[in-house]
Amino acid sequence: MTENVGIVIVSHSADVARGTAMMVEQMVGREVPLGWCGGDPDGGLGTSVEAIMAAIDRAWSEKGVAILVDLGGAETNSEMAIEMLPEPRRGRVVVCNAPVVEGAVMAATEAASGATLEAVRRTAEELTPA
Amino acid sequence: MMLDRETRKRLIVAVASRVIAAADELTDLDRAIGDGDHGTNMRRGFEAVLAAADELSAKSFGETLKGVGTTLVMKVGGASGPLYGTLFLSLGKSLADEVSREQVAEAFAAAIDAVRARGKSEAGQKTMLDLLYPVLAVLRAGGDGLPERLKATARLAAENTIPMKAIRGRASFLGERSIGHMDPGARSSELIVDAVADVMESCA
Repeated sequence: MTENVGIVIVSHSADVARGTAMMVEQMVGREVPLGWCGGDPDGGLGTSVEAIMAAIDRAWSEKGVAILVDLGGAETNSEMAIEMLPEPRRGRVVVCNAPVVEGAVMAATEAASGATLEAVRRTAEELTPA
Repeated sequence: MMLDRETRKRLIVAVASRVIAAADELTDLDRAIGDGDHGTNMRRGFEAVLAAADELSAKSFGETLKGVGTTLVMKVGGASGPLYGTLFLSLGKSLADEVSREQVAEAFAAAIDAVRARGKSEAGQKTMLDLLYPVLAVLRAGGDGLPERLKATARLAAENTIPMKAIRGRASFLGERSIGHMDPGARSSELIVDAVADVMESCA
């Protein structure tokens, strides 16, 4: 049972999400629970609330889960997925305002050190110009 | 107005059919200023709603609306899923089977607030809000021939998004170049208002 914050990668493309997850795994190993998803409910480009909820479940950690998203709908759908989680989990998942690939790698690196959810989010968001 | 089971089903079928029939047009509008998936996404969502029409309308009006909202959230796939899903989920929270125009207007106002928060957007930014607010104003005022005036207002409001510059969503990447195209979300909202007004007219 891991004690590190989990990371979820949400892209419009399953290939981008999987590729990003592979980069994270190669750089920080399997210390961090990782979930990813990409594509709409029919398998086209887009995002799916159901798939995001499942990815959060796979990456679940009692310390919380940080989500990295690519474009507009990925963010809106991730926020919706968080709201649909059961109450005890809802407050422990955040969407990071950061570029998806760099953000996921930085967030996972921070998470692997045992950092809190807030610290993981802050590290990812340092990449975003103020 | 009494929303019995038959009326609930007519509303679902009318709204879903209208959106599905216009899917190609919505995609064309979205291709001009967005990522070209609005029609495909809305069709997928409303086909799922249509397929579940019997089951959804068997419950109370509030539960029917929530069911439509949840289906759209799960099936649409783009940002419009959570936006329209939030609209219907919020309406479902406060509407009973027997509703007055004032109650619908109040519920609609709360639902628009929820959509605005979900999209982190405001009126005047070339979004569905630019259609929903004018429709709300007419609904609040009430009066004779309401369905016809709701339709006319929706049509005009959708056209009014053409000269607007997008600030939110994918269209905002285009900046000035988004001017001159109707917002696809405003157009899909117009279709929904139009279909609901048709059912209102036939019930009156």
